[in-house]
Amino acid sequence: MQLSDFRDPELTKELLETLRKLCGDRTMNLMEVCGTHTVSIGRYGLRKAVPEGVKLLSGPGCPVCVTSNHDIDTAIAMARVPNVTVATFGDMVRVPGSSTTLGAQRAHGADIRVVYSPLDALEIARKEPQHNVVFIGVGFETTMPVVGASIQMAAEEGLQNYFVLSAHKRTAPALEVIANDPQTRIDGFILPGHVSTITGVEPYRFLAETYGIGGVVTGFEPVDILNGITRLAAMVVQQKPAIENAYSRGVNNNGNLTALATIKDVFEPCDAQWRGLGVIPLSGMRIAEKYRAFDALEAFEPDVEPVRETKGCRCGDVLRGRIAPDACPLFGRACNPENPVGPCMVSSEGSCAAYYRYRDTPL
Amino acid sequence: MCLAVPSKIVSIDSMLMATVDVMGISRTCSLRLVPQARVGDYVLVHAGFAIQLIEEQEAAETLALFHELPGLFEDELGEDLTAEAEQRTA
Repeated sequence: MQLSDFRDPELTKELLETLRKLCGDRTMNLMEVCGTHTVSIGRYGLRKAVPEGVKLLSGPGCPVCVTSNHDIDTAIAMARVPNVTVATFGDMVRVPGSSTTLGAQRAHGADIRVVYSPLDALEIARKEPQHNVVFIGVGFETTMPVVGASIQMAAEEGLQNYFVLSAHKRTAPALEVIANDPQTRIDGFILPGHVSTITGVEPYRFLAETYGIGGVVTGFEPVDILNGITRLAAMVVQQKPAIENAYSRGVNNNGNLTALATIKDVFEPCDAQWRGLGVIPLSGMRIAEKYRAFDALEAFEPDVEPVRETKGCRCGDVLRGRIAPDACPLFGRACNPENPVGPCMVSSEGSCAAYYRYRDTPL
Repeated sequence: MCLAVPSKIVSIDSMLMATVDVMGISRTCSLRLVPQARVGDYVLVHAGFAIQLIEEQEAAETLALFHELPGLFEDELGEDLTAEAEQRTA
């Protein structure tokens, strides 16, 4: 496999020319809903390279960014429970909750460890039976089966000191909220690559069938993304919205059935609060009855502070695609990657961080 | 966060833990979510777990599809661009 082919400048130019001829002077709003796409689009300067009428909006594609203040506060409260070791992916550490961050708690002596995989958290639990290890489960469908598998493994091994705080979120319900938003007109979705590796394309069909909005599952190289955009533009021009898979090297149309079975075994849908999108029915995943012994919320009932939202921060509007990051009055001034105010500036995959880092990037 | 890295399986133990090669670096990952994977296969790895087998063939097909793009949208693009595309693939 030659990954460089997907970065071929000639092919990139060709696709841009095709897109230009296809779009003419039409305007359309296309939204990417995957943080990795947000970063790729920024890195390769695609937002400015596409024809003027094609607006690329960033949606709720960064799991850390859509995590509500309450869930962040709950993770922080977990770290204050005596004898609890919190294990988390790195980008959660700096995200501000209502009054503090996990990182600040660590500086005050809380046992918070950054891990690359829930397997690392399992290993801590095995080696340190005197500690209760709580893994902070944040992520979309890509991450759910990985965390689910860790819970199955803990059950098989009879580990009694491994727990998960499940704040996982499903992608499709958030897309439906955006499709219904009267303040945002979306003409096509650049659908996530690795979420779709797990889910396949079925969960997106309703977008075309009910809302008349097309979607293309897209890879991460510039040629992949321009191909996805061109296909979406063609759907808009032809008025034939459909759901397509343009990332077949990473996504089977049916998804990963083993991973889907793992999710179904370990989790069950529940209502969940999203930053910017409010409570979305059945968009979260809590630990199912069968694995309740591994549910950190059940085991520890932490004392969570009342939620306070940050003044002036417009991450919520950014996540809905209502405003571009640089339209927030804090962007680049009070809020920057060194001193982030909102989560979209904290996570490297957040829309604000990507806009900030790549603001001057040419194609 | 949902990044998944292509990796080549070097060896597999009895617990479905694999040693993989990621651009020359050796790492371990679980094959629990892709139990059909074999030594020599390429997988996408996310957070310590392989989540998908990747076929080299599929990559080639995806590329071929890109080249067909202008032809797919003949109605909108007119014949000149389609002819250009045919020339390129000829």
